[in-house]
Amino acid sequence: MTLFGYRVPMMASLLAWCVIWEIVGQAGVSFLVPPLSDVLVAAFSLVQTGSWQAAALTTLNSFLIGMALAIVAGVVIGVLMGRSTLADNLLGIWVNIFVSAPLSALVPVLMILFGMGETTVVVTVFLFAVWIIVLDTRAGIQAVPRSLEEMGRSYGAGGLRLYSKIILLAALPEILAGIRLGMVRGVKGVVIGQLLVSIIGYGELFELYSRNFDMENFWALTIILFAAAMGLSALIENIEKRVEYYAGVR
Amino acid sequence: MRNITAAASAAATVPSPDAAVEVRGICKMYAEMEALRSIDLDFPAGKLTTLLGPSGCGKTTLLKIIAGLIPATSGEVRVNGKPVTGPGPERAFVFQDFALMPWATVMRNVAFGLELKGVGKDERQAVAQKYIAEVGLSGFENKYPHELSGGMRQRVGLARAFAVNADVLLLDEPFSAVDEQNRRKFQEDLLRLVDLEKKTFIFVTHSIEEAVYCSDRIVILSRRPGRVAQIIEPEIDRTASPDAIRRDQGYLDTVEEIWQGLKRYVD
Amino acid sequence: MSAPAHANGSPRALPGTGASSFWGKLLEHRTALWRTASIGLFFLVWEIAGRIPISFAFPTFLETLRAFLTMLFDGSFVAAYAETLQPLVIGIAISAVLGVGLGIVMGLSRFAEWLVAPIFIVLQAAPMAALIPLITFVYGIGLVSKTLAVVMLALPVIALNGYKAVRNTNPSLVDMCRSFQGSWWQRIVKIILPDASPIIFAGLRLGLAAGFIGVILAELLITPTGIGDLITYHRSVADYPEMYAAVVSIILVSTLTLSALEAFEVRVLRPEKKKG
Repeated sequence: MTLFGYRVPMMASLLAWCVIWEIVGQAGVSFLVPPLSDVLVAAFSLVQTGSWQAAALTTLNSFLIGMALAIVAGVVIGVLMGRSTLADNLLGIWVNIFVSAPLSALVPVLMILFGMGETTVVVTVFLFAVWIIVLDTRAGIQAVPRSLEEMGRSYGAGGLRLYSKIILLAALPEILAGIRLGMVRGVKGVVIGQLLVSIIGYGELFELYSRNFDMENFWALTIILFAAAMGLSALIENIEKRVEYYAGVR
Repeated sequence: MRNITAAASAAATVPSPDAAVEVRGICKMYAEMEALRSIDLDFPAGKLTTLLGPSGCGKTTLLKIIAGLIPATSGEVRVNGKPVTGPGPERAFVFQDFALMPWATVMRNVAFGLELKGVGKDERQAVAQKYIAEVGLSGFENKYPHELSGGMRQRVGLARAFAVNADVLLLDEPFSAVDEQNRRKFQEDLLRLVDLEKKTFIFVTHSIEEAVYCSDRIVILSRRPGRVAQIIEPEIDRTASPDAIRRDQGYLDTVEEIWQGLKRYVD
Repeated sequence: MSAPAHANGSPRALPGTGASSFWGKLLEHRTALWRTASIGLFFLVWEIAGRIPISFAFPTFLETLRAFLTMLFDGSFVAAYAETLQPLVIGIAISAVLGVGLGIVMGLSRFAEWLVAPIFIVLQAAPMAALIPLITFVYGIGLVSKTLAVVMLALPVIALNGYKAVRNTNPSLVDMCRSFQGSWWQRIVKIILPDASPIIFAGLRLGLAAGFIGVILAELLITPTGIGDLITYHRSVADYPEMYAAVVSIILVSTLTLSALEAFEVRVLRPEKKKG
């Protein structure tokens, strides 16, 4: 949008919404909405507490392990499906079901299989993130032009070198897009997993603050979490932009 | 063949009485980039004039300025003596990518210009039917664009432009997305329709052969910023068969001369 | 004029009907065969894993199937879904009206885009589930809370899809409409909305998928009702086959609903995607 001839960046409107939040909070419309300034103060003291740091570490740990597994498994299965019709035919239907299935219903099953601990959360993150990575990797592999592969073969690349030097690199834009979408889903997975298990990490703190109507700390937690999710997504998007240029000319 | 480049500047000051479209001092700037520089042109009524030039010479920009789809930075376009301020009923546009509505049948696509004008359903379908037949698509009225080949889709685009009964038809590289064989057939059909409909055609192309084959007059634009480099009137006997024309010495010479002129713009 | 005959030479022209229907049928059968094989293989692996057993809480496929059929015929599924689908349908209806409306306004107006789009971009990327404990304490454990949970998860994706669809209308079609002197209103109703409708509809489909997650989450976290209660209850009494059957049923219901919507989308909104 342009205002008085200046281009106002799109995300700047979030500042306007923050001002509205502050005004609504100061006006005392509802105890649910404390002023933003109070929330920010709470956030500053919150990050210095041991309980928050421990919760954040647990959460980050589950998230990273789950994501790492999902990326490895997702790319491998995606490549397999992109290259082999048999794998594609056998797995396609399940990947398509699980990519849009309500996986939150599966968490109780995971809780009895893997216990009420971090393992369940790791598996939840994995299950939320892996399917979209598979689908995007598969799409990327299938978009690699035949001529590029034939070029590799004719210059003597075969086996592992063909994959590492040509096929995976050529499919990188889609794979990265899949990983970014997988990350967004993974963050949702870690939160849903912890909320349902409810005795670990961020989920425990959320339970605690909302049960005690400690709104400043509740919103502080939420803001930190949302900011982390956005930051992560922006980071991957940044990497994506660096390889995007060749998606068009591949 | 007649080269009338020298006469062109004289024509700019004295408007010729039979000009359907007059372009006076048109300039177009895109931010810092100069796309067109002081274009003066007359487009004679009832003739087919081609805008020809290397890619990026601004020929499509000029056509869209005439159509009123893009505003010029300076200068004026007059159609039938009236200045252009936007799209108008006396002009109809044929798009490079066909611009057909994928959710509508051939019938609704062809009648769309009349639908927008509020013409009743029976009446507009009768008009559309006539032009569907004229471009050779009878029997395809209830097909959807995706069921047609590229050439047939552009026939729909052409029929839609004819259906609003505009005096001036603006064709933006209409055959560039049509395969070679269909394009030749289409060019022959277009010439027949030019003859039949007695309208003014302004035609943008980057194909020299197409320009020479179809046009009464060819305007060659130079590379960016676009200026009028040359105006040529190929004098070809149109009564001859299409195949004879393509073997005609005058046709071949004209193609060769234009190529010699354009060669320096090719990188 | 003989144009259509010429056009037959193009690769887009349809092959003879006799040959195409034969190949079409074989191809159709082949996909169906692969699907059956894939599903059968999955159930076989499940059965074997259940018989080993890999965990005391991992019933075999046949036990689960028996539980599924029992619950299907004794009415417990019917009662549970009557309760689960109510907030889902209400929530999706609210999100659809609100989201599509907001999306279209954002797509048409630069100011609305600037003001509202960033909110939805944040909400879509952020884990909205974190807010579910909060709504419980505000709206209690009734229908309102569950509906809100659905709206929170479904609205952002619906609104963003509507916005992107309208913003990315084929510019050539908009030019076409202008060149025939279509009015502002005609441009929106006759060009922009029809052109955007497939993506808007896809957004509704994604919104429904998110809504399913939301309603299940609400039933597991907030109120033990509906299908969430079936899962929680059978888990607490260690009736694992029944619990698994309930989980399978919700995945089945959501998958079938989503594929039905997708089929509808292809059939009605995308004539160009229909198979000749």
